[in-house]
Amino acid sequence: MAVIRTDAARPTAPVAPGLWQRLAGRPGVARLGVVILLLLIWEIAARFLLDRDFISPPSVVLISLGDLFATPGVLSALWLTLYEIAVAFVIAVIMGAGIGLAVGLSRFAHQSFMPIVLLLYGIPQITILPIFVLIFGIGAPSKIAFGVSHGMFPIMIAVVAGVQKIEPVFFVSARSMGASRGQLLRHVIFPHMIPSFFTGMRLGMSGVLLGVLLAELYVSTGGIGYFTSIFSQNFDATKLIGLVSMLAVIAIALNEIVRRAELHYARWRD
Amino acid sequence: MTRLWSRLVQIAFLALLLLLWLLATRVEGVNRILLPDPADVWHQFVDVISSGAFIPDLRVTLGELAVAFVISMSLGVSLGYLISRSRFLIKVFEPLLAAIYAIPIILFLPLYVLLLGLGPDSKIALGATISFFPIVLSTIAGFGYVDRRYVTAARSMGANDLQMFRYVLLPAALPVILAGLRMGFTVALLSVIASETIASFAGLGHHIVDLAENMDTARMFAYIVFVIAIVVFLNTVMSKLEGRARWR
Repeated sequence: MAVIRTDAARPTAPVAPGLWQRLAGRPGVARLGVVILLLLIWEIAARFLLDRDFISPPSVVLISLGDLFATPGVLSALWLTLYEIAVAFVIAVIMGAGIGLAVGLSRFAHQSFMPIVLLLYGIPQITILPIFVLIFGIGAPSKIAFGVSHGMFPIMIAVVAGVQKIEPVFFVSARSMGASRGQLLRHVIFPHMIPSFFTGMRLGMSGVLLGVLLAELYVSTGGIGYFTSIFSQNFDATKLIGLVSMLAVIAIALNEIVRRAELHYARWRD
Repeated sequence: MTRLWSRLVQIAFLALLLLLWLLATRVEGVNRILLPDPADVWHQFVDVISSGAFIPDLRVTLGELAVAFVISMSLGVSLGYLISRSRFLIKVFEPLLAAIYAIPIILFLPLYVLLLGLGPDSKIALGATISFFPIVLSTIAGFGYVDRRYVTAARSMGANDLQMFRYVLLPAALPVILAGLRMGFTVALLSVIASETIASFAGLGHHIVDLAENMDTARMFAYIVFVIAIVVFLNTVMSKLEGRARWR
């Protein structure tokens, strides 16, 4: 669950007496210790203090992961949810970048439509979730649509900000050298937009995850939301915690991919 | 001049949306259950406000929000302060907290419902969990990265611990912590409404779902507008409070 940095690999000071002093040079080790301690507390509390119908110790959850995947439908539910996230992310990126470019590239469009974009972004979208289900049904389309509506605004706003930051002198010099509108896009706007575009993609990914998972938990016929409610109703805490942990791992992995991409591309390259 | 034109475009855009809505319901005859008549929505909205039918649900939601926010604020600020007192602890805990913060914590809702039931407790727990992270992280950022020179200067002028906290640490950290508290408040409010929407007996989020399940779409639209107004109002109040506290 924790992202452990490789600080632990740093060589210790030559004079290294005392456990505490050695630990002080290695926050990574201490961090791992904290995670293990928390897992131990959970294990002990779940084994001896709390009702096993409601919570399960981490060791049991880990051992029963095989059972979880053997439950008919769970694997395909995970795939369905991943599919919803992927489709929603692609649509959110296309719409976010498209609308972002359209709004950001013209001063007039920016002045007119940016307030509307910010107004829509300010709406607490969870309140309109039932409308999405009413329009798109209880299957995958409503999850995808809700994911898109959560993911596209951060991308849009980041793209607009990225375009706005391009220095006017680049436009002027490109134009004066006879660049067409297409060449302007290809050689001036896109290269300068890349860092903020990737920042937008990272924020968009968290939005898509939130939107899809909210819609899944609200109502679901074949995704993971269906199984979280089945496991809750059967008081199957072991499988419920297993499934939620799997989803957390997926979410961390997806976030990490876009974060790496951002780190890689957002660096200013000459 | 262009400013005026922009305003006109904005008004035209919104008017066009309203026109499309009217056309869809009155001329095209889109199913009333999918898209209610704007006039119906307006009447329902007036009725929701004037009848005071929202008061019990509003009370439930605000009650859950208050408890959740008090829990996350006291835990977040005190733990954040303790962690910020040592460079080592910051290095240990900050990446850990940031990593957990990156998970969509709404995933824990089924676990909380299983553990704490469908009542207010699970909503309070979720709201407190989600808002804890921005608050603790901003408290660490606020207290943990105070400019060393101020601290050294105050020490050399003979400030004791209390004076150090009151006159150096707190003023330096306050703006960051206040921003974290405002963010924590917003996410706590949204997650309380979200968990009411997903699994509950009462509250604003529950009421919207109730209307949706009864296919009472016109009233649902009205109620949604009302809830959005409440959320925007509370967030605006918090921003104003933050701005005021910052200036003092």
